[in-house]
Amino acid sequence: MSALMKLKTLEGYLQDLSGFTKPKIQYEQYETPAHIAAVALYTMQTQFEALENRLVLDAGCGPGVLGIGAAFLGAGFVTAVDIDEDAVEIINENVEEAEISNIDVIKSDFLNCNTFRWENYFDTVLMNPPFGTKNNTGIDMKFLQMGLNLSCDSVYSLHKSSTRLHIQKKIKEWGVKGSVIAELRYNLAATYKFHKQQSKDIAVDLWRLTHHT
Amino acid sequence: MKLITHNMLTSKCLKGVVTGYPLAINATDVKISEVDFNPEFISRIIPKLDWEVLWKAAESIGHSEGLPQTIDPKFEDNEEFLRKAHKVLLEVEVEEGYLTCPESGRQFPISKGIPNMLLTEAEVQ
Repeated sequence: MSALMKLKTLEGYLQDLSGFTKPKIQYEQYETPAHIAAVALYTMQTQFEALENRLVLDAGCGPGVLGIGAAFLGAGFVTAVDIDEDAVEIINENVEEAEISNIDVIKSDFLNCNTFRWENYFDTVLMNPPFGTKNNTGIDMKFLQMGLNLSCDSVYSLHKSSTRLHIQKKIKEWGVKGSVIAELRYNLAATYKFHKQQSKDIAVDLWRLTHHT
Repeated sequence: MKLITHNMLTSKCLKGVVTGYPLAINATDVKISEVDFNPEFISRIIPKLDWEVLWKAAESIGHSEGLPQTIDPKFEDNEEFLRKAHKVLLEVEVEEGYLTCPESGRQFPISKGIPNMLLTEAEVQ
């Protein structure tokens, strides 16, 4: 296998991907910034070997920064799922632009549909789930649970650090293991009209959840 | 949509459908795209697959040529076998067509390589 791509190179490639053209509030479409995605993916690979040669699911992929990044870091195959028509079109274009060939995109409702034949099928499930604000309370926890159902190894997920205690409580309830493996800062540019400030920093955690073995 | 994806897709979310597997493929446009051969990954994925479904899917779109109907018990050491599996799993792609639920007959369109598995609220279990 080729040597691991440099972090800066990965970030540069992810920077070049197109984002949402018209973000939709009902899906809480916030892009995963290239820097966050690059650091998160790099951590998964260098600390846990979660990507190279792995079967990876990008759940709620949006423009596909995480899934495409996983492919850049040597994933065996990536399945990217999103419910939104525009998102799947954008990721499809991004995949073409990035000249990546081991990824498939599926238009599907990750949460409410048994799209997949088998549980615990994917080695690694990646997600930057909706934060669960704006009439979507609890959706982030539903994403995590579904991710756990579909993974045989681990789920990597980005969450606001302010929800850390809540997640700790939940994973205890579910009987799985989990820890924050990186603390990052998310510079959320003003994506929606209700954002009063131009941009603001939000502390986010990269969680790694695994099944008890 | 590659056949590795077809191997994992179901329509069991449809109301009244029990297994929803395998989905039949109707392809109007199939392309072959080159993907780097990664024997380690192919070896790891083979035990997870439903091989019979893979073989039949490949045959239904005219790409089963040379693919054995059963898994070679020593597939890890059989490069020829792994290369054939690699091709059928990752290089054959259905660009346009549709998938059909084996129980309800519901069709799921595939457009620009993307299967649309979304259901209306009334269709969900």
